[in-house]
Amino acid sequence: MAARKPLSPHFSIFLGMHMNDIAVPPANSVGIVSTKYFTFAQPPNSLTLVSGKTLSPVTLAYETYGNLNEKKTNAILILHALSGTAHAAGYHSPHDRDAGWWDDYIGPGKAFDTEKYFVICSNVIGGCNGSTGPSSINPATGKEYALDFPIVTIADMVNAQKHLIDNLGIERLLAVSGGSMGGMQALQWAVSYPDRVKSVIPIATAASLSAQGIAFHEVGRQAIFRDPNFNGGNYYRESPPASGLSLARMIAHITYLSEKSMHEKFGRRLQNSELFRFRFDTEFQVESYLHHKGLKFVERFDANSYLYITKAIDYFDLKAEYNGKLTSAFEHVSADFLVIGFTTDWLYPTVQSREIVNALRVAGKNVAYTEIETDYGHDAFLLPNDRMERDIANFLKRELEKANKESI
Amino acid sequence: METSILNTIAYDLIIDEIPEGARVLDLGCGDGSLLVQLQKLKKIDGYGVEISPEGVSACVEKGLYVYQGDIDDGLSDYRGNSFDYVILNQTLHFTKRPRFVLAETMRICRNAIVSFPNLGYWKNRLHILLKGSMPRNTSGEREWFNSSNMHHLSIEDFRLYCGLNDYPIKRERHFSLKGSSAHSKPVGFFPNFFAHFAFFVLDGEKFTE
Repeated sequence: MAARKPLSPHFSIFLGMHMNDIAVPPANSVGIVSTKYFTFAQPPNSLTLVSGKTLSPVTLAYETYGNLNEKKTNAILILHALSGTAHAAGYHSPHDRDAGWWDDYIGPGKAFDTEKYFVICSNVIGGCNGSTGPSSINPATGKEYALDFPIVTIADMVNAQKHLIDNLGIERLLAVSGGSMGGMQALQWAVSYPDRVKSVIPIATAASLSAQGIAFHEVGRQAIFRDPNFNGGNYYRESPPASGLSLARMIAHITYLSEKSMHEKFGRRLQNSELFRFRFDTEFQVESYLHHKGLKFVERFDANSYLYITKAIDYFDLKAEYNGKLTSAFEHVSADFLVIGFTTDWLYPTVQSREIVNALRVAGKNVAYTEIETDYGHDAFLLPNDRMERDIANFLKRELEKANKESI
Repeated sequence: METSILNTIAYDLIIDEIPEGARVLDLGCGDGSLLVQLQKLKKIDGYGVEISPEGVSACVEKGLYVYQGDIDDGLSDYRGNSFDYVILNQTLHFTKRPRFVLAETMRICRNAIVSFPNLGYWKNRLHILLKGSMPRNTSGEREWFNSSNMHHLSIEDFRLYCGLNDYPIKRERHFSLKGSSAHSKPVGFFPNFFAHFAFFVLDGEKFTE
């Protein structure tokens, strides 16, 4: 299950290249990679969800980078946020202009060093990027599930990923990491499968989403529901609810930035003129940015998946099954933790990172907490940051040392 | 000399004080070098709290589990007597709320180690008497406007405070430094005058709420 080796610079010269090509993948890139698909729970088997409903069959999209060592102690599972995909690093083709969503952190010599670690990035069920979700064909009807798709939770996503990790033959993951919803999945991994996780790096995340976060999600969902094209979710053969989905994305994007980063990025600058035109068209740069983000999103994301995944985030509450006590949720956890928060993140504020950390401390677990000073708000976890890169690299190095010692 | 020595002051005494295998919380643990030594020499189960990002990153690099924040942050979540030892080494006089920090320390520890520069040290007295200006309490400490000192205190002040709060003092091992090294030279005679640094071990066993 080893990832494809990055193309050597010499080799790529022989691939006919276009003007848009990435000239040669940078030396610290994992190079050209491809998404793989793992299908399980084939009939008569099925995956039972937290709601009690079942799903069959189930496919997960995933990518891998680097090589699994002999003792299988160096596997790291990376989990993505709301709109992410399995494509975390490298390029899908030499014509690709954009690298995977966490390419700054995954690659040779990077924080998740693919020369040392076998890195797996798994997509989620409910999504629309190769894994089973509302846009998949329902075997019972031969049509897309649409809103007949069962509600999935973060725990369901993790339970599905556990089948993938089993299939890859990995008994214990060296680390599970992700930001935002990816961090929620990482926390859930530690709680659901304590024996399978050596360490966890939850980033810009929370043990449950705040009321404010749920509120923003609901506005986004309502924008989709109220789009005339929505048609009860059955739009796959018609025009999709693009205006609703793009509006949902515009709202969400505001929550990913900080007041300061917006001010610095756009200020009150106007898009096309020096003077106010006294009209309702897009005039401020920040308006134009949001419109652009909304439109781009519609090209790559399914509105129904957006409904399901935001709902999964809203439902997530690690302490719910433990009498509202987060410390109890962590009591039987065996992983070591590196929790990372960002000072200007107001969607997953640092007070929520500290809630996780303090519960772990009180439960007597090994937890390091790094609070990173940044202007970039929630989005900071996707951006390069020297301190975050260094802390992750050092933490993993120590965890691998321990894991190798234990496996002797 | 300053920073490195300031950071290692009282390490030998603390290492001597802490028994094998203890569960230890170091409040204001800096770059974690004391915790690393304690792990190596005493096989302790060590945790730290540190406010500076550089300190915390250095701790992560050493494989330590350290919390980045104010030292009083999150202490209230701990149950009584959670730690065999809580260390306040050259930290107490930097805290905004020393009363709260001490009370919480006593609650969550069986033993507290408190070490701080002694304002009553004769050189400090002489400094004020002759120069009429703010003494720099420890070697390498900064001018009043650069210093992060919040609450200067003397050995006598701390004894009185412990008496007022019924905090039992188990041991006092006040000391000065051996020349320019960080090693301690015990001062038994009239320490509030002759000792450069205070070193107290308090008994926190009975404080659990």
